[in-house]
Amino acid sequence: MSAQTRSLFDFALIAPALASAARKLDPRQMIRNPVMFAVEIAAAVAAVLFARDLASGGSAAFSGQLTFWLWLTVYFATFSEAIAEGRGKAQADALRRTRSETMAKRLLGDGVGLEEIAAAALKVGDVVLVEPGDLIPGDGEVIEGVATVDESAITGESAPVIRESGGDRSAVTGGTKVLSDRIKVRITAASGSSFLDRMIALVEGAERAKTPNEIALTILLAGLSLIFVLAVATIPAFASYAGGVVPVIVLVALFVTLIPTTIGGLLSAIGIAGMNRLVRFNVLAMSGRAVEASGDVDVLLLDKTGTITLGNRQAAEFLPLPGVRPSELADAAQLASLSDETPEGRSIVVLAKEAHGLRGREMGPLEATFIPFTAQTRMSGVDMGASKIRKGAAEAVIAHVKQLGGTIPAELAEIVERVAKAGGTPLVVARDAQPLGVVYLKDIVKGGIRERFAELRAMGIRTVMITGDNPMTAAAIAAEAGVDDFLAEATPEMKLALIRREQAGGKLVAMCGDGTNDAPALAQADVGVAMQTGTVAAREAGNMVDLDSDPTKLIEIVGIGKQLLMTRGALTTFSIANDVAKYFAILPAMFVTLYPSLGALNVMGLASPESAILSAIIFNALIIVALVPLALRGVSYTPSSAAALLRRNLLVYGLGGLIAPFLGIKLIDMGVSALGLA
Amino acid sequence: MTINGWMQIALFCALVLALTRPLGGFLARLYAGERTFLHPVIGPVESGFYRLSGVRPGAEQGWASYALAMLAFNLAGFAAVYGLLRLQGVLPFNPQGFSGVTPDLALNTAISFVTNTNWQSYGGEATLSYGSQMWALTVQNFVSAATGMAVAVALVRGFARRSAGGLGNFWADLTRSVLYVLLPACILLALVYAALGVPQTLEPYVSAKTLEGAEQTIALGPVASQLAIKMLGTNGGGFFNANSAHPFENPSELANLIQMVSIFAIGAALTNVFGRMVGDERQGWAILGAMGALFLAGVALVYWAEVGANPIHAALGLDPASGNMEGKEVRFGIALSALFAVVTTAASCGAVNAMHDSFSAIGGLIPMLNMQLGEVIVGGVGAGLYGVLLFAVVAVFVAGLMVGRTPEYVGKKIESREVKLTMLALLCSPAATLIGLAIASVSPLSLAGLQESGPHGFSEMLYATTSAAANNGSAFAGLTANAPFWNILLAAGMMIGRFALIVPMLAVAGSLARKPVVPVSAGTFPTHGPLFVGLLVGVILIVGGLTYFPALTLGPVADAFATAAGATW
Repeated sequence: MSAQTRSLFDFALIAPALASAARKLDPRQMIRNPVMFAVEIAAAVAAVLFARDLASGGSAAFSGQLTFWLWLTVYFATFSEAIAEGRGKAQADALRRTRSETMAKRLLGDGVGLEEIAAAALKVGDVVLVEPGDLIPGDGEVIEGVATVDESAITGESAPVIRESGGDRSAVTGGTKVLSDRIKVRITAASGSSFLDRMIALVEGAERAKTPNEIALTILLAGLSLIFVLAVATIPAFASYAGGVVPVIVLVALFVTLIPTTIGGLLSAIGIAGMNRLVRFNVLAMSGRAVEASGDVDVLLLDKTGTITLGNRQAAEFLPLPGVRPSELADAAQLASLSDETPEGRSIVVLAKEAHGLRGREMGPLEATFIPFTAQTRMSGVDMGASKIRKGAAEAVIAHVKQLGGTIPAELAEIVERVAKAGGTPLVVARDAQPLGVVYLKDIVKGGIRERFAELRAMGIRTVMITGDNPMTAAAIAAEAGVDDFLAEATPEMKLALIRREQAGGKLVAMCGDGTNDAPALAQADVGVAMQTGTVAAREAGNMVDLDSDPTKLIEIVGIGKQLLMTRGALTTFSIANDVAKYFAILPAMFVTLYPSLGALNVMGLASPESAILSAIIFNALIIVALVPLALRGVSYTPSSAAALLRRNLLVYGLGGLIAPFLGIKLIDMGVSALGLA
Repeated sequence: MTINGWMQIALFCALVLALTRPLGGFLARLYAGERTFLHPVIGPVESGFYRLSGVRPGAEQGWASYALAMLAFNLAGFAAVYGLLRLQGVLPFNPQGFSGVTPDLALNTAISFVTNTNWQSYGGEATLSYGSQMWALTVQNFVSAATGMAVAVALVRGFARRSAGGLGNFWADLTRSVLYVLLPACILLALVYAALGVPQTLEPYVSAKTLEGAEQTIALGPVASQLAIKMLGTNGGGFFNANSAHPFENPSELANLIQMVSIFAIGAALTNVFGRMVGDERQGWAILGAMGALFLAGVALVYWAEVGANPIHAALGLDPASGNMEGKEVRFGIALSALFAVVTTAASCGAVNAMHDSFSAIGGLIPMLNMQLGEVIVGGVGAGLYGVLLFAVVAVFVAGLMVGRTPEYVGKKIESREVKLTMLALLCSPAATLIGLAIASVSPLSLAGLQESGPHGFSEMLYATTSAAANNGSAFAGLTANAPFWNILLAAGMMIGRFALIVPMLAVAGSLARKPVVPVSAGTFPTHGPLFVGLLVGVILIVGGLTYFPALTLGPVADAFATAAGATW
């Protein structure tokens, strides 16, 4: 976070933002933001009044300063948007460079001939050949071959990844580079709508459509502005009753300070910054709506492996059958695992050493041949002369023993079941026709995950663990990890049904997935995070893509969504609470000539009516720019219950919003009167 | 301020609170279409009405047809009242032989009673016959109150129902409100009032010779029956011009207490109905809590302001210890006058037992502010609940985001359509008040009717436009409002303040009813605790009140500072 905060006001970003902010003053663009559009009109009116004062010799110094600060208010708002966009633009430019001028080798109809064609001219369904050193010309699916691909251009991750036909890792992205081997790729996205194009558009904010909540908030702010139009526009009539006149420029100033300019000015920057925060987490949201929805998520579906548990199981205990010494079992298990390079195999060797002091041995002198694991045998082991040691799934080893004429003691089934019930995987070890016992392979629950789930629960989010394990194993791991619920022996259909059931109860569901068979569930979920390593189908179905393919990120994504909404709410509350102080600054200044006794309302003791009005306007402008860092960074967020969050934020931004302007306006007034500005 | 005064205020609050739950339970059953203890007697009457009118009480109406039915019914009510008042001279029950009411006054009065405002441009005993009082005004007192209750219940159904198209049936809600609630309670109350000394007669006015030998006409009439509904239905249109300050309309302290409690009874119970219907009574208590906080603050301020002496009077040698007794009934004193003033303006009743015009500047500011906040402090029957729920929607929308979820209230997501319609509804009352006031401020026609000049004169106009747009009906006095200018201006304000709010509010209800309900979790914005109460109070004051700051500053606030400085106009 510190690195990102540092770059908040990077000069390289500020200079272009200053220029871009000026272009955004175009009323045709401003009208999208009703509050700031109203300020712009007010500023224009003030400019006319200033010109009139210049011509007629009126108090041009006062109206001139007000005009200046009103324009600055509008400019600060556009600047906040420009700087938020600027941070995305830098990233987009880097992406755009990779896209330009790629050439493709398109396969001709005969499947053999090749033609050189510009990547931009490729159509959906074309098949291209990509060779080492080539950039993949467009988004597509590998239909033939395996290759290592450098995807650092989009993920920032320099380690190459494997892409192969079939399977769940068949999707390739345009602009990434093949490092080894040849693959044939069928193009699945037309030029201009590819992943890279969308990503550029997203980070640039060019395609940024207002999100539903943003639209609703804009309406509320416009409605409040309208109410204040009424409040201000009726004042001249009231003043005329009291036998006086209120200068128009003062009415303009009052109007601008009352309407919610702080949130109006920063609203768009908050939205863009929220998207950028996701991008910095290497997550691409396909729409702002998805980011908002992630704040609302009630249920998180998390895959067990890789998210809740480490990808690998580890040997935790040797459980010998009656009549077998523990060290005998450990010895056999160790022998069977010496050449086993899988994490499970290595963990057995480690356990044998730790628990029974058995050192690693060289395979060579033992004249042993390693028998690797295959999907057919579901066992691995070692042959030493006539002796065969095997370890593997219970059914497989039992079948193997029976085939060799051995008998299976009744205790074996008991041990196997006990291990399974405890959430482990039983690995049966046999020497020749004699079963020796069971290695208890344990799923290792990730450190700290239990606390994460407790946090989520405090936030009101339920976690459901999805696993292919049997219900017994699943229940044990679920209990250890502290998830609220689990779905055992899960199939894609069951996942989909679970999501629909939760949604029927009014809940919002988030999940992540990578395989093609995850696609329906990803599409059904309110927040579907597809893994970048996944298939094209999965990526199309989800509304976010995680470039790091880290399923744990779902938790961060929810946090970012919440932070975005909280920032919006905090600044809205702050903005509206500000009005109280502004009234106390401007109303006495405005009416004191009508009824001198109203001077008593000047609780801040502001120097003069002019300096009071000017100070309120200056505060109003400066608070926007002062809050730009907060808008870009988001309000600080620690997972806790809604009640606790509300208490804290209401205190900071509600009460703070009431008090801060009293202090701010007073300070500015002291400065203004010391400098003799009014 | 005295212990005795506060005890009386506390007694009033205790009675209202004690009634809230039982009455709320009864109303909730009634509007859910369940049987109540009154059904054996009233059930046949109710179904008789349905058979006569061809209404199917179970037929669900969408928000648009609910609103159309409501508008059509009120239009018919307006036409009937207008016609009856114009034709008063030829209609029976007119022992004083009053002639027909002038067109602008008839228009103003008809709108006033249709909108549950009961602004009195007319002087009851000097303008209207017994017949007009009974069949024009008293009937509207019942049905305008029932209209408010019906539309409030429709909004509550919007929150309570899940993925539903309908909001209930306007005709059934209206009929039930009148037959099961207002009518039985008012019969009971009318008997109590009559027993306490309120006249109930069709005999003509009595002439009496005073001790000095002067002739005095003592106005009488069917007062008790109208008094009952005037309070319970938060109508406030007095039988007599002096309203509840008149000894026949408020004969004793007990009558005064019963009147105040009946102003708040239904409004407070409806918050409980809301809680029950959305399945969590705490939600209702939270709403009532926010109302209660604003109410007590108002009572304390007015009480404090009235106990304080007027420095101008003190300079003339008046004993400051007596407080500000100008315009108050000695029978009720300062505490009960202050309480009554806050109750009647917090609810949209508008009955008065003291002259608000004679209150101190701050004592007059609070009643105005109460109305300007939209009369959401318990409020008019129905109107208070739907008003405060609109503020709750805004409160939840503004601050709800701060818990990191898109806003939701009692399980319903608040989205752009609701926000748009809510803002529209909340805009109409300030618009009617401030634009009306702006017109009045510059028009010689309006200024001619002012008793005072300076800030207090401005307060008189502000009070009038506020009272009309808020559908309160109480008057600051001092303003001669029975002139075509004021009659028409205030009639427009009353119309906008009532129907321009109800229609978008019903649209909000329709839109909410269609949504599914989001289940509550630890991540849900809590809307039942003190935190929400504080937030709601803040939003009501800032969003509802800030609009009026400039006008209040030039009226009562300037008045207060001027009085303190001894300035007069």
